[in-house]
Amino acid sequence: MVTVAHYLVLAAVLFSVSVAGIFINRRNVIVLLMCIELMLLAVNFNFIAFSRLLGDTLGQVFVFFILTVAAAEAAIGLAILVVLFRNTRSINVDEMDTLKG
Amino acid sequence: MYVPLLSISIWLPIAGAVAVLLLGSRRAELARWVALGVSLMTFVVAIHLYIGFYPDHAGMHFVERMPWIGAFNSFYELGVDGISMPLILLTAFLTPIVVIAGWEVIQTRPAQYFAAFLLLEGLMIGVFCALDALLFYVFWEAMLVPMFIIIGVWGGERRIYATVKFFLYTFLGSVFMLVALIYMYLQAGSYSILAFHELPLGMNEQILIFLAFLIAFAVKVPMWPVHTWLPDAHVEAPTGGSVILAAVLLKMGGYGFLRFSLPITPDASQSLAWLMIGLSLIAIVYIAFVALVQKDMKKLIAYSSIAHMGFVTLGFFVIFATIANSQDEAGAMLALQGGMVQMISHGLISGALFLCVGVMYDRLHSREIGAYGGVANTMPKFAAFVVLFALANAGLPGTSGFVGEFFVILGSFHASFWLAFTAATILVFGAAYTLWMVKRVIFGEVGNDGVAALEDVGRREFLILGILAVSVLALGVWPDPLVEAMDTTLRELLAHVMESKL
Amino acid sequence: MESIYLGIVIAPLAAAIVAGLFGRTIGRAGAHWVTIVGVAISFALSLVVLKDIVIDGAAVFNGTVYQWAVIGDIRMEIGFLVDHLTALMITVVNFVSLAVHVYTIGYMRDDPGYQRFFSYISLFTFAMLMLVMSNNFLQLFFGWEAVGVVSYLLIGFWFKRPTAIFANLKAFLVNRVGDFGFLLGIAAIVLHTGSLDYATVFGRAELLDAESIEVLAGRQWSVLTVACICLFIGAMGKSAQVPLHVWLPDSMEGPTPISALIHAATMVTAGIFMVARMSPLFEYSEAALSVVLIIGATTAFLTGLLGIVQNDIKRVVAYSTLSQLGYMTVALGASAYAAGIFHLMTHAFFKALLFLAAGSVIIALHHEQDMRRMGGLRKYMPITYWTALIGTLALVGFPGMSGFFSKDALIEAVHASTTFGAGFAYWCVLLGVFVTALYSFRLLFLVFHGEERLDSEARAHLHESPAVVWAPLVALAVPSVFIGWFTIEPLLFGEFFADSMLVLEEHDVLHEVGEEFEGSAAFVLHAFTASAAIWLALAGAIVAWVLYLLRPELPGRIARRFAPAHRLLVNKYYFDWFNENVLAGATRGLGRLLWSVGDRTVIDGAIVNGSARGVAALSAIVRRVQSGYLYHYAFAMVIGLAALIGWLILRG
Repeated sequence: MVTVAHYLVLAAVLFSVSVAGIFINRRNVIVLLMCIELMLLAVNFNFIAFSRLLGDTLGQVFVFFILTVAAAEAAIGLAILVVLFRNTRSINVDEMDTLKG
Repeated sequence: MYVPLLSISIWLPIAGAVAVLLLGSRRAELARWVALGVSLMTFVVAIHLYIGFYPDHAGMHFVERMPWIGAFNSFYELGVDGISMPLILLTAFLTPIVVIAGWEVIQTRPAQYFAAFLLLEGLMIGVFCALDALLFYVFWEAMLVPMFIIIGVWGGERRIYATVKFFLYTFLGSVFMLVALIYMYLQAGSYSILAFHELPLGMNEQILIFLAFLIAFAVKVPMWPVHTWLPDAHVEAPTGGSVILAAVLLKMGGYGFLRFSLPITPDASQSLAWLMIGLSLIAIVYIAFVALVQKDMKKLIAYSSIAHMGFVTLGFFVIFATIANSQDEAGAMLALQGGMVQMISHGLISGALFLCVGVMYDRLHSREIGAYGGVANTMPKFAAFVVLFALANAGLPGTSGFVGEFFVILGSFHASFWLAFTAATILVFGAAYTLWMVKRVIFGEVGNDGVAALEDVGRREFLILGILAVSVLALGVWPDPLVEAMDTTLRELLAHVMESKL
Repeated sequence: MESIYLGIVIAPLAAAIVAGLFGRTIGRAGAHWVTIVGVAISFALSLVVLKDIVIDGAAVFNGTVYQWAVIGDIRMEIGFLVDHLTALMITVVNFVSLAVHVYTIGYMRDDPGYQRFFSYISLFTFAMLMLVMSNNFLQLFFGWEAVGVVSYLLIGFWFKRPTAIFANLKAFLVNRVGDFGFLLGIAAIVLHTGSLDYATVFGRAELLDAESIEVLAGRQWSVLTVACICLFIGAMGKSAQVPLHVWLPDSMEGPTPISALIHAATMVTAGIFMVARMSPLFEYSEAALSVVLIIGATTAFLTGLLGIVQNDIKRVVAYSTLSQLGYMTVALGASAYAAGIFHLMTHAFFKALLFLAAGSVIIALHHEQDMRRMGGLRKYMPITYWTALIGTLALVGFPGMSGFFSKDALIEAVHASTTFGAGFAYWCVLLGVFVTALYSFRLLFLVFHGEERLDSEARAHLHESPAVVWAPLVALAVPSVFIGWFTIEPLLFGEFFADSMLVLEEHDVLHEVGEEFEGSAAFVLHAFTASAAIWLALAGAIVAWVLYLLRPELPGRIARRFAPAHRLLVNKYYFDWFNENVLAGATRGLGRLLWSVGDRTVIDGAIVNGSARGVAALSAIVRRVQSGYLYHYAFAMVIGLAALIGWLILRG
């Protein structure tokens, strides 16, 4: 029997993987973007699982919103990435420290 | 016909400032005349304040009251009494002089320069007549802005350091004052200063409020050890800025003590009077020594200002010891009057001395004592003025400088012999540092080619120095009109302060 | 009468203002005319007052001119008190001032600051008149400081000379030290009587003595004593008593007319006048009188000795002035106030005479002041010589001359005094007579007698001074000779000062001296038999004659033989050395220390800029958190989120 707990565990695993991806990955901004997508996906999983459990479709509506926003965000992210690469000839995360105080 | 004299004397110069700004520096000549006209009109209004003032009537004159910020129960409330009226008169008297002093001297952005002084004048008068604490605070803080600009734009080489120091010092002080004001607003339910006077406060509250005020006012006076912004600000400020700074801005501190600290927290004032007296005496003695070794004329006069303002705070706070030791109200009145007269007189004398340094600076572009010597040879008229003002600064009887010192020394003798003894050392030290400077700058053989080429004061400079000389002498020969105008108010204040709030 | 009193002070003031502000317009002649007329008016009016008070016996005038300020119940007013003392003083002041004004026309003839000079001396006359005519302490202090300031301006009149501007600053500061005491004295009086008015204060003098004040912890002193000693400190400054005497010799840097007017005849006597005026206070304080007596005696003797080793003609006269001021002070201390004022008056005439004579010599020699380059001037300048001789004889107390009466009466009075220190004072003033004669005749012999040590150029131009110079000399010589003869009886033993001075019965030494007084002639004869002073003066004159005319090589040998003592005298007891190196040096050193350590290092360095540096240092640490790496920020966010959630959960 697949209970809501399984979904939650899966979502938590996905979330942790993405967090780990963000922290451990030092090379590639694209991987960062993908990790963020994954994180959103983990959230979506939770939304759907609870929506089913509680019989409330509002959660699924949110998922659609998040997917849309995520798509837009990915597009903007990639666009920034392209500009960044044009300027610095690199997408190495370690070299991006212009926010340093 | 009802004429809101106080509002006019505040907003007329501010409106004038806007007009001068709109004229702009391209029409500098017109801007100058407008600035002079407006400042003179303000002076005329201020003279009406003196004429319409009834010295025997205690309490506020020319009161105006309109709702301002309803949510905070704050009013646009103005009024003057014997403490603030002379200070307003001083402000309105000195602004035209400053305008004339900067007439041809200021060539960069002249319109903005004169506008800044007019704005400053309006705001300073506002500080002196505000009877609503919130209004007072707004004027108090707004006043910093034109002064900041004056030093920062027309100042000397290290003007940025000086402005930042000036701003941070005074701002730090006033923040504490704001906290105290808000606390009292919560207690009293309104921002009326006169209501604060009657506000019952416990000892701990009083002490905290007193200390908050102390920080704000001590910085402005300035008292030792928060005085170091003053020499820097003076050295970097343009002549007009120095004059207003020394003559009026410093008086804000003394005014604050009389308007806020003493009447609102009488018991705390009494229990902390030893601290105030101690700091004042340190200011008088310590600063005198420091002034003696200065090599920069403006710094020397700035330090001398601190020492003379020490007399003001001494006069204001020695009253507790005087009453306690001799039960003699006359002694306390002497001290209070002395402090007030000293404020007015110091405004005239230090302003005049800074103008004198400005006259020399305009010619040789140096404030170093060592860069001069034998100025009397080439500028005899000017030398006569400098010697007169220097002697006034040293407290010569017959000049205004004597009156305040005399009263305060007499008043503090009522408190203790050694107190008066320490205060009276200014007789020797004040003469020493002032006249030693005169000796090195004015007397002697012509020091160098620069001095040899000096031209004596022109008609414009002669006019302003002459006006100041006459007023310094007049106040010294006959201080009665001033003393009489303040008498009733100070007597009321003394009675109020001597009544415990506990 | 009131308008006459006003006229007396306003005439010289107006003249000073006109000469000072419009000097260029009215020209040199205009300046001396306006000021001379001003002082002449004042002199004429003061003669009217003198006649009115002394001959017609008018009542004492004590009135207010205007109200200066009122604080509480203390009224501060400007007003006049005109009694016998005042009438005498204003006449003396105006007479000497007038003589000096006329003399100045000749002395300052070629000076570019001619108008300024006349303005100053008229202003000085005004200040001195305000001082002596005052009826309250405020105006007294005004006059007191005003004469000090004009003296400051006049000593530094030749402001290009470094020595002159050094001397004037020194004079003003030393005077200020005195004024410091004076002001405290006034404060003590105001505190305990609540008034600045003489009459009120004097009326409460006995009450003052009963009250006590704690100056040093645990010591209760009578307020009256403290006040009197403080006031006397002021007098020590103005009247140049040890140790505040150091400014007077240096003040000789000013032009000679000033030395005569201010530093001999008038300003320096202000202290004497003040103590005499305050006699109703001083009388009640034995301790204060003793202080006055001892300080005066010390000054009289020690500064006289210094006159012997000076070579500058004006400085010899200056030390003589110091010594004579000491005499006057001794008289005050012995409660013989009248004798002090009497000596003040005779001294004003003969000392002004001596100074002006010295000035006459100085201009004849083109501003040469060193007596070693003079000598034998008698035949070139007969009028100057004879007047100087009269001055010298009056100074040393030649029987019958004015100085004889005042000095002899003074010495007798001290002899009769029982105040603590009177014995010491008596010996000081007695030996002082010998010293006075020694240096006075030394001056006379070195300048007017003996071989001519002039350089040839000076000798070629040598001639008697013009009439504007010698006429005042003659005018002063007349009272120097005669004034004592006529005035001793009323002034000292009569009722002249009865309305202005108070002498308690147990202090009334002049009364004792007066019991033996049988007229001026008898007084002169009596002196030959009963007084040692006259023989001491003769001895001094003879010693001077031996040392400086008969055996001129002797002084040098004596100086070498007693080298340490000579060095002590030449260095003026090291007072100047102490003041310049120890006091002034320490003050400047302390100033530098406080400034560099206190203001710049501690307050500005550690606290003000230190707090700014502290903030900067803190932010330097904190900014490291801001690494710029996205993953650090994300990590911080996660940690923060976890912590927040954890806190929410744990809190329940």
